[in-house]
Amino acid sequence: MSVIPDAPDPFARDRGGPAQPLLSVSGLIKHFPVRKAGGKKQVVRAVDGVDFEVLKGETLGIVGESGCGKSTTAKLLMGLIERDSGTMLYDGQAIGEHAMPWRAYRRQVQMVFQDSYASLNPRMTVEQSIAFGPKVNGVPNRQAVERARALLARVGLEPKRFAGRYPHEISGGQRQRVNIARSLALEPRLVLLDEAVSALDKSVEAQVLNLLLDLKAEFGLTYIFISHDLNVVRFISDRVMVMYLGRVSEIGPSDTVLDAPAHPYTEALLASMPSLDPDNRTEAALLQGDPPNPIDPPSGCRFHPRCTLAESVCGETEPPLDTVGPLHRVACLARQPGSGHTAAPARALAA
Amino acid sequence: MLLYILKRLVYVTPVAFGVSVVCFLLVHLAPGDPLSAVLPADATQATIDEMRAAYGFDKPLPVQYLIWLWHVLHGDLGVSIATGRPVLSEVSRAVVNSLILASVATVIGFTFGTLFGFVAGYHRNSVADRAASALSVFGVSVPHYWLGMVLVIVFSATLGWLPPTGAGPDGSGNWRPDFDHLRYLILPAVTMSVIPTGIIARTVRALVADILAQDFVEALRAKGMDEFGVFKHVVRNAAPTALAIMGLQLGYLLGGSILVETVFAWPGTGFLLNAAIFQRDLPLLQGSILVLAMFFVVLNLLVDVMQTALDPRIERA
Amino acid sequence: MTAPVTAASVALDGGVLAAEDVVHGPDAAFVPSRGFWGHVGHRLVRDPVAMGAGAVILLVVIIAVLSPWITPMDPYKGSMLRRLKHVGDATYWLGSDELGRDMISRLMLGSRLSLFIGVTPVLIAFVIGSCIGILAGYVGGWTNTILMRTIDVFFAFPSVLLAIALSGALGAGIFNSIVSLTCVFVPQIARVAESVTTGIRKRDYIDAAKLSGASALTIMRVQVLGNVVGPIFVYATSLISVSMILASGLSFLGLGVRPPEPEWGLMLNTLRTAIYVNPVVAALPGLCIFIVSIAFNLFSDGLRAAMEIRQ
Repeated sequence: MSVIPDAPDPFARDRGGPAQPLLSVSGLIKHFPVRKAGGKKQVVRAVDGVDFEVLKGETLGIVGESGCGKSTTAKLLMGLIERDSGTMLYDGQAIGEHAMPWRAYRRQVQMVFQDSYASLNPRMTVEQSIAFGPKVNGVPNRQAVERARALLARVGLEPKRFAGRYPHEISGGQRQRVNIARSLALEPRLVLLDEAVSALDKSVEAQVLNLLLDLKAEFGLTYIFISHDLNVVRFISDRVMVMYLGRVSEIGPSDTVLDAPAHPYTEALLASMPSLDPDNRTEAALLQGDPPNPIDPPSGCRFHPRCTLAESVCGETEPPLDTVGPLHRVACLARQPGSGHTAAPARALAA
Repeated sequence: MLLYILKRLVYVTPVAFGVSVVCFLLVHLAPGDPLSAVLPADATQATIDEMRAAYGFDKPLPVQYLIWLWHVLHGDLGVSIATGRPVLSEVSRAVVNSLILASVATVIGFTFGTLFGFVAGYHRNSVADRAASALSVFGVSVPHYWLGMVLVIVFSATLGWLPPTGAGPDGSGNWRPDFDHLRYLILPAVTMSVIPTGIIARTVRALVADILAQDFVEALRAKGMDEFGVFKHVVRNAAPTALAIMGLQLGYLLGGSILVETVFAWPGTGFLLNAAIFQRDLPLLQGSILVLAMFFVVLNLLVDVMQTALDPRIERA
Repeated sequence: MTAPVTAASVALDGGVLAAEDVVHGPDAAFVPSRGFWGHVGHRLVRDPVAMGAGAVILLVVIIAVLSPWITPMDPYKGSMLRRLKHVGDATYWLGSDELGRDMISRLMLGSRLSLFIGVTPVLIAFVIGSCIGILAGYVGGWTNTILMRTIDVFFAFPSVLLAIALSGALGAGIFNSIVSLTCVFVPQIARVAESVTTGIRKRDYIDAAKLSGASALTIMRVQVLGNVVGPIFVYATSLISVSMILASGLSFLGLGVRPPEPEWGLMLNTLRTAIYVNPVVAALPGLCIFIVSIAFNLFSDGLRAAMEIRQ
């Protein structure tokens, strides 16, 4: 039972079966050239070798401080900026190549932006904005508008009241609902939510999150949920990926990563969050200073200058993403057997 | 700072090159033979060809341009077809006269513009503010050549206080800084100052209002600084932009003086241009425009550098 | 070491429905929306200065259109005996010119050419400049660099100088004066169009449109154009005043309209000799230029203010 007229069954489009990841990314790299004083050319290593998979039907949360490469990753995944290298497979097919050209890919993958106002054309009514996508994909005007109205109703905005409004005439929460409706207008399987609720009031945020969960169940969606808010990520995500300076530092099931983090950075992130429990206030901030400059990242483990567990080996060896538990992988020498770090578990134990 | 100046120079060079191309092409934009003004009507084909070769008009355009540019870079702007004198000497004499007029007009404009701007910025929505904004609309809307005529009608034709035209009592083309010559300067300078007055008043008003609304002014007052102290801070913050606008206005006035100079028969570049156009003296036209445009380019560069030097907020990298 | 994560659960479990967010009420009737231009029009109508200026412009346009049929006398017919009559003359209400032609008739008919040579360059430059600027802004990269650096060259000339240089080189005439003024305004409009478009191009909704699979042309037409035309148009209207002054100025110098056609700048020039005999009549054509120019300026200011809707 779909609210969208003539919507295809999302599962009918499946190719590789439930075990095949919907999206798998490996070796993703994006460096931005910058010119510093003196005309020296340098690069910002915004995304510097990122591997991960998005499983069918899950919500993968991506967290990290600002500047860690979350948003660049999002734009790379959507093809809004071109990747320097790396492969991206959508349901087993290489994106941007013959098997899965960008145009076809984008019909299955859509995105919701953080700034609800900037992502809507101020000269178009809400309905026109939602209907634009279907129209350029060949849906006749009447049906596109019908679909837009049905989606408006589905995201909780009465079409009679809201269809003809302009973005500046509705509230931030309402605008984000419109953006969600627009992202669904092309019937995607994967929706990328880039800080989609970060700018909203807490109470509105909760409603929109619940709406997202409902829509996910109804349309059989898969989400990539980017946020800097760990609470929100914990609420909505099945798995969490933690990024630091353009690399993945930890990835695993939400409960494991957020309750028993294996990477000191994740631990520090969690500890730096304000707590509502007065008996459990953080005494000292574990995360000191700003993240280092991504133009010139530290050698070895990028987190070592801020890490409580740092040893000399951390400044020399770049830690690989290593499995430490079921579905749980960490890039930390202190968790890797035989790494040379004094806190590393013994090789025999791990075997 | 030096690095910044170098960077600006690198940026300005292609613009200057483009300006020279435009000036060069002006002559070739002109309909008909550029030599028609000097050649007798019954000139034979042989004479025409000879003259064309003498002026280099028989070569392909890019070659002509390079030859011309070579001469220009060596200070040779060619010879006026009408007078037979070197273009450079004609232009430099006129530029001095125009510069006197434009500078005086700019100073008048800057004085009154900042005055009105400050009063309006300090007392927003007051009568003074309305008057200042009316003045700035007047300044940019009035046809200055007409304003010049009106001033002549009032102060020369009716009241007889000031001379209507020329640069001095002897009718010579050289202005001197004495009382007699000063009387000739007043009307054209006042006429020309109307535009910069309005523009500077508008800019300074916005600047002052903006600065006064900033947090640091609040902090200064909270600290117990008197109004004069605050005023000094406002001046220091408004000065770079206001001076930059003034510099640019000087350039606009110098380049745009032709209409006012025509009204007052002021022997400057405008007057020269007018003569060049109607005598179809293309080398003179080309030379004057090149000099004026280059002056404007250099002035822009100076204004940029000065503004950067004065305003610590502008990145010098 | 990890703090308990409770903030979200509080917010989420709280489940306080923000009343403003989703409205399903009895008053949920269809609310017609004015749209952007509706708002602008609404605000413009409430601006007395802009409306006054608009009325003046409208009046001049009506006079210009109807002048061949409504002039009280023949604007071309002179009389050597009735030269330079004063304002308030029983026959010549606004006096007569140096050839004894009726001033009011000539001023009325003159509005045609003055408006035409003043407004046309801005209109043409609006079209050409917008195309160049939008293209440069949307495509970016090298196209942008080449186009905008070329435009910088034209900015190296003060506009009066450029207009006179081009007019002087091309020679006198209405067509040439329109061509040279167009060349003056194209770079200015193109620069504004480029900066507006560059600003729009970075907006998320353009990215969103790209994600929907729309072609560059469709995005430009549907998503970009509507957002850039307004600001460019306002800027163009602010140029009309300058253009009127410059166009009449060219005629004043003898580079535009040629006698005996009536045009305000040209009339001002031919009446210059009469300032000692009849100064008021001599100044009249300039007053007309001034009034129309100030009306365009005020109307443009009002339009700009009306478009500054807080978004």
